[in-house]
Amino acid sequence: MEFGSKGNRRKKMLVNAQAEQLYGHCLQFYSQPPIENISLSEFEIFAVERLKLLKTVENLGVSHVKASELYNKKLDKELSNLNFPIRAEADDKKPFSVPSEYDKRRKDHISHFILRLAYCQTEDLRRWFIQQEIDLFRHRFNDLKAQYKKEFLHRNSLHYDTITVEEKNSLTKKLINSSFAVSGVTVKEEDFYKVPFQDALDLVRGRKVYLQEGFVYIPHMDIVTIILNDFRTRLSKALALTARSLPAVLSDERLQPLLNHLSHAYVGQDYSIQKSIGKISLDQIDPLSAKSFPLCTRQLHRALRESHHLRHGGRMQYGLFLKGIGLTLDQALQFWRSEFVKGKVDADKFDKAYAYSIRHMFGKEGKRTDYTPYSCMKVILSNPPSQGDHHGCPFRHSDPELLKQKLQSYKVSSGGVSQILELVKGMHYQLACQKYFELTHNVEDSVFSLNHPNQYFIESQKLLGGPGAGVKVEVKREDNPIPKPSLVAPCQTPAPGNVPQDVAAEMSEDLDSFFQDA
Amino acid sequence: MPAAEYDQASLPDLLPLYYRRLFPFSQYYRWLNYGGVTKNYFQNREFSFTLKDDIYLRYQSFSTQSELEKEMQKINPYKIDIGAVYSHRPNQHNTVKSGSFQALEKELVFDIDMTDYDDVRSCCSAADICPKCWTLMTIAIRILDRALRDDFGFHHRLWVYSGRRGVHCWVCDETARKLSVAARSAVAEYLSLVKGGEETVRKVTLTDPIHPFIRESLTVVERYFSPYALLGQDILGSKEATDKVLGLVPEDVRKELLVEFQTIKNPEKRWGRIETMAKNKLTTVKKGHYFDKEIMLQYCYPRLDVNVSKGVNHLLKSPFSVHPKTGRISVPIDLRELDQFDPFDVPTISLICEELDLPLVAGEEEEPEDTKENEKEAGERRKIRDYKRTSLAKYVKLFDQFLEEMARSRKGELLRKSDFQKDF
Ligand code: SF4
Ligand SMILES: [Zn+2]
Repeated sequence: MEFGSKGNRRKKMLVNAQAEQLYGHCLQFYSQPPIENISLSEFEIFAVERLKLLKTVENLGVSHVKASELYNKKLDKELSNLNFPIRAEADDKKPFSVPSEYDKRRKDHISHFILRLAYCQTEDLRRWFIQQEIDLFRHRFNDLKAQYKKEFLHRNSLHYDTITVEEKNSLTKKLINSSFAVSGVTVKEEDFYKVPFQDALDLVRGRKVYLQEGFVYIPHMDIVTIILNDFRTRLSKALALTARSLPAVLSDERLQPLLNHLSHAYVGQDYSIQKSIGKISLDQIDPLSAKSFPLCTRQLHRALRESHHLRHGGRMQYGLFLKGIGLTLDQALQFWRSEFVKGKVDADKFDKAYAYSIRHMFGKEGKRTDYTPYSCMKVILSNPPSQGDHHGCPFRHSDPELLKQKLQSYKVSSGGVSQILELVKGMHYQLACQKYFELTHNVEDSVFSLNHPNQYFIESQKLLGGPGAGVKVEVKREDNPIPKPSLVAPCQTPAPGNVPQDVAAEMSEDLDSFFQDA
Repeated sequence: MPAAEYDQASLPDLLPLYYRRLFPFSQYYRWLNYGGVTKNYFQNREFSFTLKDDIYLRYQSFSTQSELEKEMQKINPYKIDIGAVYSHRPNQHNTVKSGSFQALEKELVFDIDMTDYDDVRSCCSAADICPKCWTLMTIAIRILDRALRDDFGFHHRLWVYSGRRGVHCWVCDETARKLSVAARSAVAEYLSLVKGGEETVRKVTLTDPIHPFIRESLTVVERYFSPYALLGQDILGSKEATDKVLGLVPEDVRKELLVEFQTIKNPEKRWGRIETMAKNKLTTVKKGHYFDKEIMLQYCYPRLDVNVSKGVNHLLKSPFSVHPKTGRISVPIDLRELDQFDPFDVPTISLICEELDLPLVAGEEEEPEDTKENEKEAGERRKIRDYKRTSLAKYVKLFDQFLEEMARSRKGELLRKSDFQKDF
């Protein structure tokens, strides 16, 4: 991409053949970068609008079941508001409408490549960008009529192996039992593709497909899975390449601030930077846990006090939360040691096996990454608790019956309990938590929308005037023109089957998980 | 022969002997070298040693078999863990630019630990095991091994007793070693049916249609359920146990059964009633009611530690490592005789060290030393003779067979590739 000097607002038109090749279909695989000149101001507008679009994708993905009717409707609305292409045949008959279909497709193309520049730099940024682009692509592909789907495959030379009729017949029963959506008729009438299981991980993970000898058998209607896998692979390779050539791009002093700015726009507050670190003393933790901890950390605290131990998932979630409310490293070490030694771990063993991981949490060991406390999203979506674990989000990971008992024991009125359970049933876990906050703090309408356990704590302390209230979280960029996630919509959580694969995979890096619990 | 009682205090004395005369270094190297197909595959592999007093040494790596051998004989680790194959030599990880030192490959591994079944076994808890609950491990191996072979197409699966209260599986196929983190976690999740922590009562939920994988797994569970769960664990015996099971069925069914169970006491008959009720529900209600199957799975289905399988860089205790608490060697399990496998039969380090001191059996006399033979070979031969005289022999042999299989398919693969090229 070339960038015109300031004031050059006219875009150069492409020759027709090229335009047809690039923009002949409403959906792109983004295999060719744009080659035209574009002005800085257009560059900025495109970037900001695509970012808005991707933020919407993200927010819809957590508040609705993906591909549900409402999700589709809202996403289409945003696409059309922001002038991105929606339907293959749209505007074909009205070539002179403004902006034209051509303009929309061009914007889709160029804006995607601009964000690649802004989002190639770190693992986190790449992961976020890929996830949103994939969700967007899935929506747009599913929206296409069969004929355009075929054309898309053809244009991008995507061929996948189908199985023979004989093979289909011999597997009929298994194919039907492998997916809710497959019936005898589908097996008869549709093509089935056979690909290595690595190319359809989402289907494998959810056991939504038949698997034999390392191959999955995907009905035509699910072909989007394979295409998405292709899309993901290509995009992540491309981002790696872009990252390598980035220094050259960043040497342009007009672009550098813009790109940095864009890439910071996606992260909400991370609650890792504390102004009043050390304001909380260890003996305040017990009363604070009852008054101002959300249920997730309250549960962890109780389990720790009772069993004098927490397994790895719990140590990470609770340890980082405590760090987030302002415990110093020394306090944290003292806190964990004093509890663990009451159990089966003596001081010596603690220092050898656990102290390291606590220093690690504070960025004092290993890669020296300063870990940030987990957001509700992360707690709810990744690393679900298993046997012996107390971590996770009680609204998501407890049996409703147990949750009910717990709420009752915390003196929530029966009306309140049923309101909360109703929200849980609708999978609005964070809203349920917020309702709990309101009921226990006697506020009608809380002024924040909950997306972080540490936020819960701070808001509570503000109301109660406790020691944690002074803890002011540093907001990263006040001049940020892009709406922060918390302002857009209350973050809620997708259906269990909807977990983005990267969120699920992301927690493997924590160092002390290398060692099994002794 | 009297089984030597293992005493933890003797470990420092036994380990040197074990590593000098018994540990199967050449097989071990042969395994991790994978035919030397990929450059530096062995050299870039991380080993981690645990020494006395829980001192961990991470990021150990070795250029050759003899280097590994010498180091282990020098420091005599209490425990050996195997990590990933990295982009660089792990022992030089501090000298590489940060970020470029990365875990590239590792066997796909599974870790099943009896402590994760504490809510469904009444015979023991925590680290204790007994022949009764060991059935859970047998079931786990049968279910997972079948799926890894038939569903995922992995051929080289090494099952190993952990030395104390569980089993490990090392899937060694090349495709398995190259799996990404996302793929590993997808495999682990495909294989996980029991979900939820301390705050969840009903941990298995089945929906229509029942996936072929679940059907296959149920077939395995059904074989063991009655003798293991109904008789062995007596899950429908005491009031408390029965209530726990009934906690997993719909409320209306529970009420009915509570009344019926006042007269029906026999566990098998009680179970029969549960099954019948589930069947009746199934025909009256459209949505599937599989509570009988859910109960079976909750009590018997393997519980994996997903985090262990997921990470490429996760460490796992090595085969032939000693378990410091029990003294038992982490040995391969023969799946052809799985039902006979008894963890209490697995040799301890004290037993095999003692066997070394027994006088040679006839026909096994020292062969005359070949004077021309160089010393290394002689040492190697002596070691082979040594382990062959102990109860470790049959496990090393099993390991040998496993390695032989792998070598064979590697060769087949090479042939296939060259044939393929000739075709062009
Ligand atoms: S919604 Fe968030 S803060 Fe509330 S319990 Fe769940 S994870 Fe914790
Ligand atoms: Zn037992």
